[in-house]
Amino acid sequence: MDAAKTINQIASLVPDVSEPVDIHAAPTKAFRRQDMIFHRITLLFALLVLAGLFGILASLAVEAIPAILEFGPSFFWSNIWSVPDDRFGARIAIYGTLVTSVIALLIAVPVSFGIALFLTETCPTWLRRPLGTAIELLAGVPSIIYGIWGLFIFAPLFSEYVQPQLQKALGGVPLLGELFSGPPIGVGILAAGIVLSLMVIPFVASVMRDVFETVPPVLKESAYGVGCTTWEVVWNIVLPYTRVGVIGGIMLGLGRALGETMAVTFVIGNANRIATSLYAPGNSIASVLANEFGEAAPGLHISSLFALGLALFVITFVVLAVSRWLIRRGTAKQGI
Amino acid sequence: MDIYSRRLLANRIGIGLSMLAMFVGLIALLWILFTLFSKGFAALSWDFFTQDTPAPGTAGGGLRNSIIGSLMIIGVTTLVSTPIGILAGIYLAEFGETSKFASATRFVTDIMLSAPSIVIGLFVYALMVATLGGFSGWAGSVALSLIAIPVVVRTTENMLRLVPSSLREAAFAVGAPRWRVSINVTLRAVKAGVVTGVLLAIARVTGETAPLLFTALNNQFFSTNMSQPMGNLPVVIFQFAMSPYDNWISLAWGGALLIALLVLTINVGARIMFRSKGNL
Amino acid sequence: MTETSLSNQDVQPAEEVALKVRNLDFYYGNFKGLNNVSLDIARHRVTAFIGPSGCGKSTLLRTFNRMYDLYPGQRAVGEILFNGRNLLDRKQDVNLVRAKIGMVFQKPTPFPMTIYENIAFGIRLYERLSTSEMNDRVEWALRKAALWDEVKSKLQQSGLSLSGGQQQRLCIARAVAVRPEIVLLDEPTSALDPISTAKIEELVDELKSEYTIAIVTHNMQQAARISDYTAFMYLGDLVEFGVTDQLFIKPQKKQTEDYITGRFG
Repeated sequence: MDAAKTINQIASLVPDVSEPVDIHAAPTKAFRRQDMIFHRITLLFALLVLAGLFGILASLAVEAIPAILEFGPSFFWSNIWSVPDDRFGARIAIYGTLVTSVIALLIAVPVSFGIALFLTETCPTWLRRPLGTAIELLAGVPSIIYGIWGLFIFAPLFSEYVQPQLQKALGGVPLLGELFSGPPIGVGILAAGIVLSLMVIPFVASVMRDVFETVPPVLKESAYGVGCTTWEVVWNIVLPYTRVGVIGGIMLGLGRALGETMAVTFVIGNANRIATSLYAPGNSIASVLANEFGEAAPGLHISSLFALGLALFVITFVVLAVSRWLIRRGTAKQGI
Repeated sequence: MDIYSRRLLANRIGIGLSMLAMFVGLIALLWILFTLFSKGFAALSWDFFTQDTPAPGTAGGGLRNSIIGSLMIIGVTTLVSTPIGILAGIYLAEFGETSKFASATRFVTDIMLSAPSIVIGLFVYALMVATLGGFSGWAGSVALSLIAIPVVVRTTENMLRLVPSSLREAAFAVGAPRWRVSINVTLRAVKAGVVTGVLLAIARVTGETAPLLFTALNNQFFSTNMSQPMGNLPVVIFQFAMSPYDNWISLAWGGALLIALLVLTINVGARIMFRSKGNL
Repeated sequence: MTETSLSNQDVQPAEEVALKVRNLDFYYGNFKGLNNVSLDIARHRVTAFIGPSGCGKSTLLRTFNRMYDLYPGQRAVGEILFNGRNLLDRKQDVNLVRAKIGMVFQKPTPFPMTIYENIAFGIRLYERLSTSEMNDRVEWALRKAALWDEVKSKLQQSGLSLSGGQQQRLCIARAVAVRPEIVLLDEPTSALDPISTAKIEELVDELKSEYTIAIVTHNMQQAARISDYTAFMYLGDLVEFGVTDQLFIKPQKKQTEDYITGRFG
């Protein structure tokens, strides 16, 4: 401190560069220590982020132990979920999760592809940015909004106008007809899948648009140059070129769909059984958790819910990891 | 039909279908927004903002307690996740070039960006609610922070990587230590981008319901005590929408509109800000 | 390769030496960017480095303040003696090196802060000055860079609001403000218009009374105009080094002659 002050006095108005006191030596020693501290602090926070994930995995696994000890690994495929009997199995919820997600993707993938194609190829330039922004903004709309809309607006209309027609058209077809049998009550697996698809369309569409935009213009131009139509360029050039990234985007949508709680819970019907018909109400992992966890008694019920959570986390983790890997690979290759 | 007209037809059908997809997508999404606005605006009134959530079967009521609760929970979330996210992002950008640990962290943040939020609720329940004696606003904030932090980390890192190396070199060239270069020069150069990231994170957690269900829970009464269960918009919307009472359902629509408006405003604000000041 | 074996007369001007480079090799990973370079930089003189692109002149300059340290995989072997100590020594504090040996870059790099803060930032790192002392120092540095009259009324504006030439002089002021002994200029005028270039050249001439200056330039006329000593480099070798006038009028090496007469590069 004192040394610094005397230096200041020497270095008054016009500092003399040839002055013998070394003004730089003392601070640089402090810098080394500060930089070490800085490195450690930022490292600590990065560690914290990493620890978060392992914390989640570990805590879910620990809490799930009682249920898994009680029911054995067959917990994950047993189809009994009975609170009064204290008997639990994950099959119903896993089935509901997978089926709603598959329905969602069956709808969302072609629609998103169409949207991405429109935005990158055929959309007039002045519309591109506003429409693209609108899609991105919609990806940010909270999922509870989709859920509440699904429950109050979509489900009633669906049961009145769409479900009976579908039944009439497909009911006679063997096997397929089974999927659309039963009372058209609106809420159920199919409705949940459709609402879910609306929620993931903006995600998948914006990822697809981004990967489509990585196609080098020369490539497309040379295809147009030999007389290809827009559709042929997209189908034969853009899509093969961006295949990896597109699949990554679809997987990202799948990851979102699997773990989505609110868009599903409102419209899935919350019934703990597996029916052949997609009209029937069911449950997904997330909806079971949302409905039962708050009131569950400590013990096997809570533990079983944790085991469900663990299953969900592991499934989505794998899906998201694959999607990330594919998107990375997709965009890395295209960095020409 | 010759080959040429067949190709043209295929093109027309393909392009037509793509425009149909855009159209259907937009219509569905506009439909959702339209119902949200019409039902939501009907619910907004003076009472909506000044009354607390009504007891079952009582008329009227508003969402004052849950609006305040949400603001407090989100406020704490922002205060917690901003420094953690920025510092972790700085680590990844400054020191994370080559290390395995950094690429593992990067991988984990990418996964956490899309991880099921309800599972994060379970985690915080096990971590705080079960051990510290009950549901609380704090637990809600921790759960939301776990969702917000990855967003802040990734935007901070991506923004810092956009800083031209010449600027960093220039800062080192005056003899500045690394931390000053990071904090005073590079971070400052991308301030707008980092603020955008924080705003996006806030927008993201504003509508999150699932992680609050088993952490902040809900509170019918007005409370600003973060160690107690706390009313918050998303959970109230969830409970009220599922209820048999008409005034509750109407309040749920009002709450949903409020959240949607908030999220859209923050998102648009973040974009405008980034566009006007985002260039280095 | 034989041409790198310079005699002692070649590497040592008969003056006080600020920086003594001996047997310096530089590597980008496995690629060798500098071969056994040895030369002396004279105190309070301007030393210019010329040569075709990729000859290693910027690489050499960036070893003087250990800028290459920022990039894993780049390393220097040999000796650079400064005040009796080897800068390349692992124990050498790099911040100290950079405080003593300032640098100005090809493109102007104002920090994202006000003009005043751009100067004060570096000073504050090393000295605690009162507000009035700081004001004086900022003014002093800006005057040194011949920028004061142009910016004195807008010190609180962003450094990015200045023109390219002004930004570059701001960067020179910033380097000088820390009170270094040596200032390294890495093609400081290549991004500037002729008028701004002339101003910077004038400035270099004034600064050399108090600072040792090493400048990399791709412009031979510039080297001839402003430098006292010139080093010609080619493919990582120091081909010829000597008093500027002699090097330009009567080069000793064929390669130098070819280059300065425009036969290649």
